[in-house]
Amino acid sequence: MKSLPVYPQPQRPRFWRSLEELEGIERREETSQEALAWAKGMDRRELFKFGGVSLALAGLTACTRQPTEKIIPYVRQPEEIKPGTPLFFATAMPLSGYATGLLVESHMGRPTKVEGNPLHPASLGATDLFSQASIYGLYDPDRSQSLTYLGEIRAWPAFLSAMRLAVEKAREKKGAGLRILTETVGSPTLGAQLRALLMELPEAKWHQWEPANRDNAWAGAAMAFGQPLDPVLDVSKADVILSLDADFFSCGPGHLKSVADFAARRRTRNRTAMNRLYCVEAAPGVTGASADHRLPMRASQVEAFARTVAALVGGGGGGASSASPFAQAVAEDLKAHRGKSLVVAGDYQPPAVHAIAHALNDALGNTGQTVSWIEPIPVKPESHADSFRRLVADMESGAVETLVIVGGNPAFTAPGDLGFAKALDKVKVSAHLSLHQDETSTLCRWHVPEAHYLESWSDARAFDGTASILQPLIAPLYGGKTAHEVIAALTSQPERTSYEIVRDYWKDRMGGDFEGAWRRALHDGVIEGSASARKTVRAGSTTGREGQAPPLRHEAGGRTDLEIQFRADPTVYDGRFANNGWLQELPKAVTKLTWDNAVLLAPATAKKLNVASEDVLRLTWDGRSVEAPAWIVPGHAEDSATLHFGYGRTHAGTLGSKTGFSASALQSSKALAGGSGLEIAKAGRTYALVTTQHHQNMEGRAIVRAATLEEFEKTPEFAHEMEEAPGPEESMYAHYPPHEYAWAMAIDLNACTGCGACTLACQAENNIPTVGKKEVSRGHAMHWIRVDRYFEGSEANPATYHQPVPCMHCENAPCELVCPVGATVHSAEGLNDMVYNRCVGTRYCANNCPYKVRHFNYFHYGTQFRPPSMRMLANPEVTVRWRGVMEKCTYCVQRITVAKIGAEKENRRVRDGEIVTACQQACPAKAIVFGDLADASSEVSNARKSPANYGLLEDLGTRPRTTYLAAVRNPNPSLEKTGVWDVERKTS
Amino acid sequence: MAQIFHRSTNTISRASIFGAVFLLGLALWIFYDLEASPYTTQQNVAREQPIQFSHAHHAGAIGIDCRYCHTTVEKTAFAGIPPTKTCMNCHAQIWLQSPYLEPVRESYRTDKSLEWTRVHDLPDFVYFDHSIHVNKGIGCETCHGRVDQMPLMWQAARLQMGWCLECHRNPQKFIRPKEEVFTMGWAPPAGVDREEYGMKLVKQYGLRSRAVLESCSTCHR
Repeated sequence: MKSLPVYPQPQRPRFWRSLEELEGIERREETSQEALAWAKGMDRRELFKFGGVSLALAGLTACTRQPTEKIIPYVRQPEEIKPGTPLFFATAMPLSGYATGLLVESHMGRPTKVEGNPLHPASLGATDLFSQASIYGLYDPDRSQSLTYLGEIRAWPAFLSAMRLAVEKAREKKGAGLRILTETVGSPTLGAQLRALLMELPEAKWHQWEPANRDNAWAGAAMAFGQPLDPVLDVSKADVILSLDADFFSCGPGHLKSVADFAARRRTRNRTAMNRLYCVEAAPGVTGASADHRLPMRASQVEAFARTVAALVGGGGGGASSASPFAQAVAEDLKAHRGKSLVVAGDYQPPAVHAIAHALNDALGNTGQTVSWIEPIPVKPESHADSFRRLVADMESGAVETLVIVGGNPAFTAPGDLGFAKALDKVKVSAHLSLHQDETSTLCRWHVPEAHYLESWSDARAFDGTASILQPLIAPLYGGKTAHEVIAALTSQPERTSYEIVRDYWKDRMGGDFEGAWRRALHDGVIEGSASARKTVRAGSTTGREGQAPPLRHEAGGRTDLEIQFRADPTVYDGRFANNGWLQELPKAVTKLTWDNAVLLAPATAKKLNVASEDVLRLTWDGRSVEAPAWIVPGHAEDSATLHFGYGRTHAGTLGSKTGFSASALQSSKALAGGSGLEIAKAGRTYALVTTQHHQNMEGRAIVRAATLEEFEKTPEFAHEMEEAPGPEESMYAHYPPHEYAWAMAIDLNACTGCGACTLACQAENNIPTVGKKEVSRGHAMHWIRVDRYFEGSEANPATYHQPVPCMHCENAPCELVCPVGATVHSAEGLNDMVYNRCVGTRYCANNCPYKVRHFNYFHYGTQFRPPSMRMLANPEVTVRWRGVMEKCTYCVQRITVAKIGAEKENRRVRDGEIVTACQQACPAKAIVFGDLADASSEVSNARKSPANYGLLEDLGTRPRTTYLAAVRNPNPSLEKTGVWDVERKTS
Repeated sequence: MAQIFHRSTNTISRASIFGAVFLLGLALWIFYDLEASPYTTQQNVAREQPIQFSHAHHAGAIGIDCRYCHTTVEKTAFAGIPPTKTCMNCHAQIWLQSPYLEPVRESYRTDKSLEWTRVHDLPDFVYFDHSIHVNKGIGCETCHGRVDQMPLMWQAARLQMGWCLECHRNPQKFIRPKEEVFTMGWAPPAGVDREEYGMKLVKQYGLRSRAVLESCSTCHR
């Protein structure tokens, strides 16, 4: 007989999840503390009391009569609607001026789920976090529900007449005193409206402000090309990519396409030549985590690094002789792939870095190959910082009489040095259009509830210029108005609806058969042939450009070497999604923090400052200070602190207010991205941060498996050598009998970037509740598919791996054996079914699940706790679970069933690819494949034939149906051997 | 020493011990019977409706096809309840003055839906799909009974899981030719064995194996 496997706990594990695990410190989870509390408070007598009551009450639940329900048919049924079958409508979500095309599922007029539009260039069928979660924002019960003047409810006509009065007064002075403040305007119609208004009132001014802007990118393009331009990246053609602090996988124009193109060249099955990604950045991001070589570097050092690489590529020039091995290796690699490489600069880097990146691409012959240039997508590409600063100055001087703020939340997002809120006091007539009664609304006289983009007619353009018409999925729930209607209120035609405005704009531009073209555009979600023409431009030389444009990075003249950098939050963005429970609860890709932001520090810096995670720090920079908890992040650059803005809202709503701290209070309008001179002092208290990274330790098992490309080519079966799986004959249990279908999933760890879109898509599809910070801290988060994050190597600069973990649908499922009531059983097709109605909540199954993918409803999250408007969000195809019920991934059984019924009606088998699970659909990297193992030619069968395929904890004999393709990284051989990572860190 | 308990206590204790078993059995029996009784299931209870609509008249006497009103029964999960417009297709021309039809006319006039009481109401965790049943040779009558003889609609079957499984385990006992799905009062040809006849249809229509039809996720999600 074979002995049970023993797991030796190595001194320092190769893969690790948290710094504590790396150091071998055992961290007690909150759950066990909770268990201890229970154990203390319960004696034998009490246990019997509970037992007796449970038994007595158990019977009462069964004998119930169905309540009488009504059927309410249409009076006149719309032609397309088949009750019970959803319809999909194409629209797009604009964010910071750029659109992501979407298909939105609608159940008899009720939108329930957002999916990517395969025809749209910025989506290609996938979604990012923000678009996936945007439907939650639609039903947000805290949304503003009425138009107010000084807090009192008013009607829309009252607002119209107030605006008419203000505009008439301004008209006498050709518009002087009238100001409009918008976010980045990407809608061509809105742009045309604003231009027409300014034509009419030439002295009026239009300002733009949002904190996550493209100031640096446009200024950099202007330095290189003489005009602001937007890039169109083609990552699929790039063999070597250098990211200069650019997180172009998680945000920015066309990021979903970049991920798709990148991942397509990372697959170990159907091999293509694998690309190589270098990344220099301070705070580890989604892009850095996918990099083959990542060098932690303070944001201010990136420019010098870029210059060195440029000099090395250009052959000679300053700094080349003293170049670090990393820079040399990067430059060599770039040079070896002329025309097939790509350099990307990050939005938070100063314009000079952008200009160098553009010049590098030019010098390498990449322009026109991997990157091409178009006119900027937003209507007015200007510096938001300058525009906003001018506005605030004018407000202070009293030059602004009427200020119409269309969207955005400037009172919250304004950098702390500007004093926008105070200046707003001096404006006589102020109006704010927004989804919530937020920080700005409370300071403005007028507040107009905004229509959500799913309630609006509008238009927007993708990163490559492709235009889309936004069509409403539902009439405004609270009578919200669009930006088009508010701008129209300032004109002579105030009553025009956004439908008329948008249609009129396109009437002249679609040409020919307008009605046909309009319908086609609404159906497809894109306007054909509207992509921008590529421009032929040449970047000027970068040498001698130093100091031509003032660097936006501002040195605050502090006494320390510490540097501060500000970034938009990975999940709540600039704060606009703060009241979105899905985004709040989604663990952030690298830190795995939820419901909070923190000051991110490198382990070495924390040691130097004698700071531990959760210590509250007092940060002083540029004369202002905030208090915030610290969080130590492996791989963060030393002597640098990263703060995410978007938290610390005071008027966000029930969920978003009083979470985290406000980083914008510390920001400076002269240096939005931050700078040096940060002072850190300990405030002498701690603040509990909640992370999901400590839940479930690895115990020395080969959970995530990775190798280099070289190792993989030598031993393609490396994943199996890391841990042996027993054969089917070694199991006590009978082999699972094959059926007509055998559903299975394969997840490519090489493609996964860890963005978390799968988690949100699953949450939306399967009616998964959010539970709040306290419950997450107890390990009660409900996500059916979580993304685990593992580090490998040193804490200073580890490699990062992400592993999405849904239910494994084990053929020998340990959970099924322990359920006393048969609430979890196997289906004939290999699904591990969960029968909610049988479940009595013993939680034995969760205890016996080695993957910890089962989640328990401790409270009425999904039912009674859900406000009425949120009930409209529920997917009617999936049961809403009651309290006390176990739940877990079903492989989207509702989608399987629909596909099966469709196929059976046609007397055929379900075709490969016909069933797309929610997580699979959302994934921009196409890392998840789902299908039928009984079909030997299916994609999932092929994936499982890959030598890199392995099952999680397969050695337990569970025979999981979900398997993984091990990660294979493609490091530069000349770098890996010399171990230059540490060398580089010391010299730079 | 005198006995504490009288001799008769023995009998009483014996009787109560055995009696308890019977009592418990009785209680269980009542409970299960009640569970499956029309009291709980509302089987055979004609339900009040806003209009005294008679299936017996429309489907039986006039012979209107089921699908004239229940339009999506072959296409989607939900058979479809006709919009007021469907009623008005005929009743804009006949029975114009009938007071019984005033709610229909009112609904059409005011654009407010009629509110019907649901007769066949499965629990919300059951995802029944009409289309697949109708397409695989399960007749309307099999579950809904002789609708053509019901003046007011009632639920003909128990509609509990045990009842569903009777057919999911042995579809050959209930299946009929697809052409006869909408026929009321259909009977298998005389002289053939019902199960043998059904088995042939089960094969012909490619019904799933018993294991699949019995799997929880076939109906529950």
